[in-house]
Amino acid sequence: MANKTLDITREHCPMTFVKTKIELAKLQAGDTLEVLLSEGEPLENVPRNAVEQGYNVVKVEHVEGTTHRVVIRK
Amino acid sequence: MSEQKKLSIIAFSGDFDKLTAVFTLGTGAAAVGYEVNIFFTFWGLDAIKQKKGRAFIGSNWLTRLFGFMMGGLSATPTSRFNFGGAGPKIFRSLMRKNNVATLEELVDAAKVLGINLYACEMAMHVLGLTKEDFIPEVKDVLGVASFLKLSEGGQTLFI
Repeated sequence: MANKTLDITREHCPMTFVKTKIELAKLQAGDTLEVLLSEGEPLENVPRNAVEQGYNVVKVEHVEGTTHRVVIRK
Repeated sequence: MSEQKKLSIIAFSGDFDKLTAVFTLGTGAAAVGYEVNIFFTFWGLDAIKQKKGRAFIGSNWLTRLFGFMMGGLSATPTSRFNFGGAGPKIFRSLMRKNNVATLEELVDAAKVLGINLYACEMAMHVLGLTKEDFIPEVKDVLGVASFLKLSEGGQTLFI
């Protein structure tokens, strides 16, 4: 169970990244953030950027339609 | 760990649409881990004024008049389709309708993300402004040499 859920399915660039970054910065070590996002640019880049910034991407799964769930741990 | 990537933007324009590009690129880069520096000069200084609307700020009658005519962030015109000032209102409405961040939301995000905001010393003096006329998030007032030093080793854009 993630510590917090962030839904960015209705957001567009750059707020998809901005909102994710702000929530990730609030995590304590070991906490997880569940991000609901759309396929395309958010799905391609949010997990990749999280890894580049030193976070662990625990899970990437399809939810429904174009929505996917990414779980990121600090 | 590799050295942090860096993006430095010279924000020369005071146009609503071009400032939207400045803050979209800046916040996007900061959100993916870049160090971001924005150097506001000339018309671009409108984006970082404390007074968001029109105000007679300046050191003499001419610069106070210019200050009023230029205005702050909420008075910025669009570079095209300004329609006597209606353009930015139309674009703000379109942005909200399409769930795209407005210029004001992007500026707020820039503050939260800790983007480094700088004012150009020369332009500030020409327009009769002081550091106190700018939002407190403006880190410093700089000249060209300091900006070049800050932007060294990264990518630089002029907007």
